[in-house]
Amino acid sequence: MTVTVTDISCTRGLRQVLQGVSFNLAPGDSLILRGPNGVGKSTLLRVLAGLGPVAGGTLDLNPDDVAYSGHLDAVKFQLTVQENLAFWAGVYDTDQTIEVIARFDLTKLKDRLAGSLSAGQKRRLGLARMVLSGRKIWLMDEPTTSLDAHHTALIAQSISAHCAGGGIAILSTHLDLDIPTARTLDLAQFIPTKTTDTSIFLQGSF
Amino acid sequence: MLALFTRDLKLAFRSGGGFGLALAFFLIVVMFVPFGVGSDLVLLARIAPGILWIGALLACLLSLDRIFQLDYEDGTLDVLATSPLPLTGITAAKAAAHWVTTGLPLTLAAVPLGYLLNLPQPAYIWLFASLAIGTPALSFIGAFGAAITVGIKRGGLLLSLLVLPLYIPTLIFGALSVTKSVEGLNPLPSLTLLAGLTLFSIVLMPFASAMALKSNLKG
Repeated sequence: MTVTVTDISCTRGLRQVLQGVSFNLAPGDSLILRGPNGVGKSTLLRVLAGLGPVAGGTLDLNPDDVAYSGHLDAVKFQLTVQENLAFWAGVYDTDQTIEVIARFDLTKLKDRLAGSLSAGQKRRLGLARMVLSGRKIWLMDEPTTSLDAHHTALIAQSISAHCAGGGIAILSTHLDLDIPTARTLDLAQFIPTKTTDTSIFLQGSF
Repeated sequence: MLALFTRDLKLAFRSGGGFGLALAFFLIVVMFVPFGVGSDLVLLARIAPGILWIGALLACLLSLDRIFQLDYEDGTLDVLATSPLPLTGITAAKAAAHWVTTGLPLTLAAVPLGYLLNLPQPAYIWLFASLAIGTPALSFIGAFGAAITVGIKRGGLLLSLLVLPLYIPTLIFGALSVTKSVEGLNPLPSLTLLAGLTLFSIVLMPFASAMALKSNLKG
């Protein structure tokens, strides 16, 4: 189980945002994507998750190993914390709901409706799903948004533990997370030199 | 897939789940007809099968955009698409849950509402049977329309335009089987064709929906 990205290009809408991105990750590796807003961090993560088109280059990873967490939490407001996680446990066919609730500091909140949680608490609930999935490759888009310092550290720990257990993590963040083994990739270097809006429009649509 | 199905049922019955929406719309439409067309019992009995079927169909249409839109808006659909569940299974589970929370209550409510429209005695069993057999097709075809329009904000108009033509055969055979029974003719041929349409939709629509969903999520 590895992630090999070779010379990949990404488009958002009809506009090319990244060109020539290459990296290679083995079990235990983690990669932090950096770059200014709009550079294409989310777009790249979606492409890796299989939720966006690969506009060029090759992508070699097993889609069945991927767990994706976007900038939305994928939390149902009308369900309680426990019901939310129990649903994902059913989807991923596991029975670790209770352990995961404890690990993400959600025990006191487990019978509350998710709609009544704060933004940071919802975020934790969304991230708890990653552990529940039992999958090896974590793709996380700004996982630390709305989290306090204590829980940011908790998430960093959780990612480190995941990688120490042979997992791979790719995440975008603007904070300095305490993940000792993490490599950093600045996406600003992959901005396409010339914009090819019109030709992409013609090639892509007809 | 069972987890998704039971979650959708649970969400439908929670606050804001929209379970009552289709049912209330159906009740209102059917109860207003006697006020609109007058209390001519013979006329009401003649138009009752059509009114009940059109009412059920429109009520079903009203709730279609919820099938995928809510999951799309909170990011759940993205995660589901990367989960071990196949997209065909996701769409089938969601269409089935839509039927249980919409088609089934409409079918049950239609029988007492038939009484309000002076539906003749022998037609009740056929009304119930035709709706029970026909409404799954409405849910599965509707899920296809909902999958096509999933990324579009307030795509209700487009969804209706896409789905209504596909609903016409179901409406024709469903209403016809009830009308036939009212007229004392054999309703079975129409009902059999209706069952065929439903089976066709249940088998093929999840694949079509999955393809529509895939192209929408990857766009």
